[in-house]
Amino acid sequence: MLRYIANRVLIAIPTLLLVSIFVFMLQKLLPGDPILVLAGESRDPETIAFLREQYRLNDPLIMQYLYWLMDVLRGDLGISLRTGLPVTELIAQKLPVTLQLAVMSMIFATLIGIPAGVMSAVRKGTFWDYLANFVALSGLSIPNFWLGIMMILLISVNLGWLPASGYESPWVDPVRSFQTMLMPSIVLGTALAATLMRHTRSSMLGVLQADYVRTARAKGLREKVVIRRHAFRNALLPIVTLSAIMFGELLAGAVLTEQIFTIPGFGKMIVDAVFNRDYAVVQGVVLVTATGFILINLLADVAYVLLNPRMRATI
Amino acid sequence: MTAAVTLTADAAPAPRRNRTWGKLKKNKSAMVGGFVVVAFIIIALLAPILPIPDPTLTDWGKIRLAPSAEHWMGTDEIGRDILSRMVWGARASLMAGVISVLIAMAVGVPLGVIAGYFGGWTDQIIARATDALLAMPFLILAIALAAFLGPSLTNAMIAIGLSAVPIFIRLTRGQVLSVKTEDYVEGARAIGLGHTRIMSHYILPNVFPPILVQATLTIATAIIAEAALSFLGLGQQAPQPSWGSMLATARNFLSQAPWMALWPGAAIFMVVMGFNLLGDGLRDALDPKEN
Repeated sequence: MLRYIANRVLIAIPTLLLVSIFVFMLQKLLPGDPILVLAGESRDPETIAFLREQYRLNDPLIMQYLYWLMDVLRGDLGISLRTGLPVTELIAQKLPVTLQLAVMSMIFATLIGIPAGVMSAVRKGTFWDYLANFVALSGLSIPNFWLGIMMILLISVNLGWLPASGYESPWVDPVRSFQTMLMPSIVLGTALAATLMRHTRSSMLGVLQADYVRTARAKGLREKVVIRRHAFRNALLPIVTLSAIMFGELLAGAVLTEQIFTIPGFGKMIVDAVFNRDYAVVQGVVLVTATGFILINLLADVAYVLLNPRMRATI
Repeated sequence: MTAAVTLTADAAPAPRRNRTWGKLKKNKSAMVGGFVVVAFIIIALLAPILPIPDPTLTDWGKIRLAPSAEHWMGTDEIGRDILSRMVWGARASLMAGVISVLIAMAVGVPLGVIAGYFGGWTDQIIARATDALLAMPFLILAIALAAFLGPSLTNAMIAIGLSAVPIFIRLTRGQVLSVKTEDYVEGARAIGLGHTRIMSHYILPNVFPPILVQATLTIATAIIAEAALSFLGLGQQAPQPSWGSMLATARNFLSQAPWMALWPGAAIFMVVMGFNLLGDGLRDALDPKEN
């Protein structure tokens, strides 16, 4: 088992290095010269020369990359040109907000998607199956920023039930925090719920035809027990991996959701940074997201093996 | 003998195409999806000759008019006809969907074929690069690329296309791995054909069906991505219409002119649903296990 984990970590290292090269190159390719922005309106040649030296822009590209990588490994992602604060500090401030949104969306998606997928598979070919499939496909096709706008129009503007925008930390006012995050979580979780439903359905359909399910039925077990204990538990395995992959999608979706509901999170930060040409922040967000995604996938791979006795035996 | 072989080889694809088409025709949802897609394509193509006003023509005397006989979908915040902007916006969305997927396929499919066919170090390098690209969520990568390339519809298409490349590399590679040990590939190798010819004539045609399914489904994702980038101001630039940028403007007038937000979103939803239904149908029709 330890060898398997070590092997997975070894594979993740070159991937992380490639991500870092890509992220570093982004900075070099972005339009405009950040030093000119930093130098202010006077564009004094001496200040420009000093700043170029300070940011090591006169060194060869490979050296610039290595210096940058060393800084990143020390947890230094640079300074935000816009705010003057370290990018690590900004990310540390914003990440919990997005994580709260992502976790709430994940809970919403799981509560809706998995039971709907199980029901759809168990009642294959019935009205409920068709309905669940149609709703799932709609969930995948609806642009989440439009869903957000429509929900604001209906629930906030017309009915006045929930706030249309804003954010409150759950540590300060949990009720208000839940209220402000509820609509965004539903919006962000819809596509995920749809994906979970479709995968749970197909996974359950595969498992329901398996020999051990037939055996369980032949033993005279009640259908509910067969589904819950024998089929569902096994069908859940591929969903673990899927959830990890979907977590990256959640972070990407958060960009739009946070923009619509004016939530001061990670996603809003990257959009603001793009428009402010705040390169270090754009890089920091992409790097942290990709690293998080790789780590979560690593954990999912390990969890998959731990949960699956057959896989465990082969390692 | 040679004639008989040629005859079989020429004759083989036709029944398969017919069978696929026959299965697809029987699938009602796929047909509905196909109909929606074709309808939007026709509308987009006919935009220049349809009797609608110029989509950029402003009229300050007609700002934010509700839908009426004169303006079927109402007017926007500077008096432009929304129907006209919707029709021209369809061109931008569909073009973005199709072109970005073509970019993704043009880069991803050859790399996938090379990785799967040669294996070894070539495969390892391509696989690690694919993993690295896949680790960056599609939209975040597209936003970063669109930002670096500068905001415009063309750059949004390039950004979306490049972000979708790993999907095609991975899919093609997997397909090639299962095809390359087939007898006909071994045969081609045995008669001394070059790698390029084997890859282009023997492998590519046989791995194409799943790529086609993926392409249809990725067009749906690309249309949403283009709308998202335009919504954020990184796609189609004003005053040219795009469904995404129309939604971004509509957000500011939700209580005064809700119709401004209704139409573009509904259009994106319908066309994306159309591609998804068609893609699902194609997948079932091409799946030998499905009857």
